[in-house]
Amino acid sequence: MPNDPILVADGVHRHFAGVTAVDVEHLAVERGKITALIGPNGAGKTTFFNLLTGFDRPQAGSWSFDGRPVAGLAPYRVARLGMVRTFQLTKVLGRLTVLENMLLGSSRQSGEKLSYAILPLIWKSRDRSDVARAMEILGRFKLDAKAADYAASLSGGQRKLLEMARAIMSEPTMVMLDEPMAGVNPALTQSLLHHIKDLKEQGMTVLFVEHDMHMVRNVADRVVVMAEGKIIASGAPDEVLSSTAVVDAYLGAHHDTDLRKLIQEMDS
Amino acid sequence: MDILWNSLREIITPTTAAYALAAIGLNVHFGFTGLLNFGQAGFVAVGAYGFAISVMTFGLSAPLAVAVTLVLAVLYALLLGIPTLRLRADYLAIVTIASAEIIRFALNSSAFASWTGGANGLYNEYSGWLKGSNPYPSGVLTLGPWTFTSNDLWIATVDWLVVALVAGLVYLLVSSPWGRVLKGIREDEHAMLSLGKNVNLYKLQALVIGGAIGALAGILYVQPTSVQPFDFGSRMTFNMYTMLILGGAATVFGPILGSMIFWVVMRFTDELVTVGVEAGLFDNVTQGSQLRFVLVGVALVLLVVFRPQGILGNRTELSFDAK
Repeated sequence: MPNDPILVADGVHRHFAGVTAVDVEHLAVERGKITALIGPNGAGKTTFFNLLTGFDRPQAGSWSFDGRPVAGLAPYRVARLGMVRTFQLTKVLGRLTVLENMLLGSSRQSGEKLSYAILPLIWKSRDRSDVARAMEILGRFKLDAKAADYAASLSGGQRKLLEMARAIMSEPTMVMLDEPMAGVNPALTQSLLHHIKDLKEQGMTVLFVEHDMHMVRNVADRVVVMAEGKIIASGAPDEVLSSTAVVDAYLGAHHDTDLRKLIQEMDS
Repeated sequence: MDILWNSLREIITPTTAAYALAAIGLNVHFGFTGLLNFGQAGFVAVGAYGFAISVMTFGLSAPLAVAVTLVLAVLYALLLGIPTLRLRADYLAIVTIASAEIIRFALNSSAFASWTGGANGLYNEYSGWLKGSNPYPSGVLTLGPWTFTSNDLWIATVDWLVVALVAGLVYLLVSSPWGRVLKGIREDEHAMLSLGKNVNLYKLQALVIGGAIGALAGILYVQPTSVQPFDFGSRMTFNMYTMLILGGAATVFGPILGSMIFWVVMRFTDELVTVGVEAGLFDNVTQGSQLRFVLVGVALVLLVVFRPQGILGNRTELSFDAK
């Protein structure tokens, strides 16, 4: 059991007209660690993400972040508390530049208040320091050369990077990544892996949804397995990924040989 | 040549200024925030009638009447926005177009005729403050190739000053971090929520500001003329969208340039039709004026084909898919 949980959820239940999507009895995410949320398609991982971040409302359940109850809070309030998410289908702001995307990640810019907007004296210096910080983060993600380009001109992989960089810009305590590797080419996968580990080194907690077992084994400190809305296993990657329940969950939902091969690889 | 000069005169008329102002308000909604307001004419009507009734029925002074009118516009925007902005964009479109029509029918009906004049509208007994402050010499004044009555020129001067002032204010707003949040909301609301922005509050602020600008435009619109309920139909809103797209949405000067071009083209086609009638090309003016809208339609189609981003718009923005 984690001894210092940053996120604790209990009895979270969400059903859509009789179909149970999420039915989680208990989940605790350890502070400063990387936790992977895995499970077959339709297991309810993304729905669970949406619930935790306020983008969807459950029929029942309570959860707390950093000791504060956050169930029922609007998504922007959850984000302001330091729990920032990305999306499975990347949401970059296409007709804004890469730099503008980053600046929007900045929190507590007083110029975002209507009453201060027409007084640049109040927000200009903050904007300048934000630009410097944004360029530094973009440099780490090798996007600094693209700063003045429209975000819509980025490739799919670059968009994933931008979304992650933008989340970091808001100085979160916990980053929730919904399938950060989906649709990303193998070369970029390595770079993304590196960035996720980097988040931990900077003291952030990471919870991410992933299908690629190789990657999960590589970066995760803990693994949580969902199937049919329930958490069926959790623990260290090695022990969880060799458990028969997990293998059953994947084999029960998938019959394609690729996954069989994958599990054989993992067991060998 | 007379045709050309007569048409170009439209660049500085009060009507062009009033439409430019209302289109600036609509640009705050549609161009910068992505709000589909199909009822900007409703805000303009609130402005025109709010001012005229404040002065004529309640005897308020002009500055006070302007203040009352702006408060009414803010309340109207809140009434429209609070229930609908939480919902998807199309709901705001339905509610704004419907409520603008409700306003127009209510103003047109005889039920409130003692205030609104019903279908007759209101004669101009409310612009005395403006005419009284006219510093220009009386009579007919010449400005370049054009002549104006003293009052018309003064009203045009005041109108364009207001347009310049509001355009400057909108420029400051949209180039601030606040304006950046609006553009972010236009692109993706969920992304903005995930970054901790109170999306509904920003949308409400944008609706109120753009609506208040629309009401201000309504006040300007009726100063040189009388108040006619027929003017505030859906066509007024769609003309404003035309101007916005013509000049370039999400630019500060786009709506102003759009309004100028729109009215010049309208006048030019009108003059052409008159010439055609005189030359015996058409049987009567009605037949000719139908042709006028055909000409305007052709001009618009050509614009969308050859310059879809508008005159001032940025073409690269359009080379990407919307999402």
